[in-house]
Amino acid sequence: MRWNAVVGGALVGLVAGVAALSLVWTPHDPAGIDVSRRFLPASPAHWLGTDQVGRDVASMLMAGAQSSIAVALLSVGLGASLGTALGLLAAARGGWVEEAVMRLSDLAFAFPALLFAIMLAAVFGPSLTNAVLAIAFIMVPIFARVSRASANAVWAREFVQAAIAAGRSRLGITIDHVLPNIAAVLMVQATIEFAVAILAEAALSYLGLGVQPPTPSWGRMLSEAQTLLYLAPQLAIWPGLCIMVAVLGFNLMGDGLRDATDPRLRGVGA
Amino acid sequence: MGLFLLRRLLTLIATLVAVSIVVFLVMNALPGDPALIVLGIDSTPEAQAALREKMGLNEPLALRYLHWAGAALTGDFGISHSFDVPVGRLIAERLPLTLPLAALATVATVTTAIALGVHAAARHGRLADWGVMALSQLGIAVPAFWLAILLVILFAVRLRWLPPGGFPGWDDPVAALRALVLPTVSLALVQSAILARVTRSSVLEVMRLDYARTARAKGLSRSAILRRHVLPNALIPIVTIIGMQIANLVTGTIVIENVFYLPGLGRLIFQSIANRDIFTVQALVMLFAAVVVVTNFLVDVAYALIDPRLKDRV
Repeated sequence: MRWNAVVGGALVGLVAGVAALSLVWTPHDPAGIDVSRRFLPASPAHWLGTDQVGRDVASMLMAGAQSSIAVALLSVGLGASLGTALGLLAAARGGWVEEAVMRLSDLAFAFPALLFAIMLAAVFGPSLTNAVLAIAFIMVPIFARVSRASANAVWAREFVQAAIAAGRSRLGITIDHVLPNIAAVLMVQATIEFAVAILAEAALSYLGLGVQPPTPSWGRMLSEAQTLLYLAPQLAIWPGLCIMVAVLGFNLMGDGLRDATDPRLRGVGA
Repeated sequence: MGLFLLRRLLTLIATLVAVSIVVFLVMNALPGDPALIVLGIDSTPEAQAALREKMGLNEPLALRYLHWAGAALTGDFGISHSFDVPVGRLIAERLPLTLPLAALATVATVTTAIALGVHAAARHGRLADWGVMALSQLGIAVPAFWLAILLVILFAVRLRWLPPGGFPGWDDPVAALRALVLPTVSLALVQSAILARVTRSSVLEVMRLDYARTARAKGLSRSAILRRHVLPNALIPIVTIIGMQIANLVTGTIVIENVFYLPGLGRLIFQSIANRDIFTVQALVMLFAAVVVVTNFLVDVAYALIDPRLKDRV
């Protein structure tokens, strides 16, 4: 095992574990407002103190992990399924279908997630659904390209040529031979895109285009803390640290998995 | 070279047209009545009908697209409903902030990243290399807006060296530049983390090649080899990533302007969302997407200049 896979896996496990735990238990109600207990310092009762309306910061961070993981799961899941389907289709059919899929994904690269979220927010109003859709949208061309390139390599191999000669359908070959052979590459990509999705969710929620109140989210905690920098700067430290730990974890894990599945890249570290 | 440029130029125009159709369709054809969005659900049907007429919404969709795109080509993006002035003028007023910020951030990103990346590669496997790699792994994981907030806490709240936000205008260039220091640094540090890694591995790769070894064998100094033989050849992947980062820079600028309350295009787009100012949002999204597309075109042209072998393959 490579050290980055181990450290990354541990950080991801920590964040996922905290998110799972927060489903059943948090030290306090993360949305419990009590103005008489605002701006309390860290103590055994409130591990990281309380915020401007008396909510327990540690509980909010735990519940925020839930939002981050949920948005990342949904958006990467959606974008990866759609993108991989398009990429497999392009590789299986070739010709104008492949050309069309690739030109469409070129086009999608012109829209960063934030621009797409801005368009959706302007038309439908800001919401969590729009944030998930916007992040999923940028994942589609990434997975379409990766799966098409890997699938084309598989299609050129002898056992696939043999399956073609044996009269298997293109759909059958794609499911039985191509998909299993590109699964490892897709897993690595998905792990790395998880980190991208968590960063994007945090930025969108910070700007008010993502997770809506009262659901806790790290990005929104930062935007609330930003108005109180002179009064309580500590409130702006914790949510950012959580984002950093989660993103670092998924990035390291992705690097580690890639090193394990593609020995050629070992030690290059880019 | 001429043929290559012509072909890339035609692709560029086709992509811009396609992007404009996507933007127009998302902003207009989705189930949301622009007149209703602008006026709000409490408005009277008469007012909505009047505005629909004024905005030209009773025409067929294709005709509206042609009107919008044709006018946009001449710099006419319609009238902003919330500011009641032409959208083009709103954009022109805010460019003197957004353009210098983006330019400063790009220059800072590229110089920091290449310096760090080459430094790490030259000391491959030693402490400096390890330090740069660890820092860049952290930098990739840090959201730019959080770094910005941390910088404000340190340099504005604690030390009081720099303003926490706002922009005084260019009448006082020193104050203006001071207001742009923290936004530039927060954008550049995060962006250069990725670029430094790419620079390092690209330089390492080229240093392993035969001609780099030959240069060393004939007794050239380490810095001369790096400067004359390695860096020019290591530039191609670096330029690719710079091109890809332009999309991040556009996004980053929008976010950072909101962190520092800078009255630029990124702030304008959020004011316009809050004011339901559809025309302004549409024009700005188109503008930002066009910047991404045009930059990628310029990167392709830059490739051909750096490496003439590529121009036949692109």
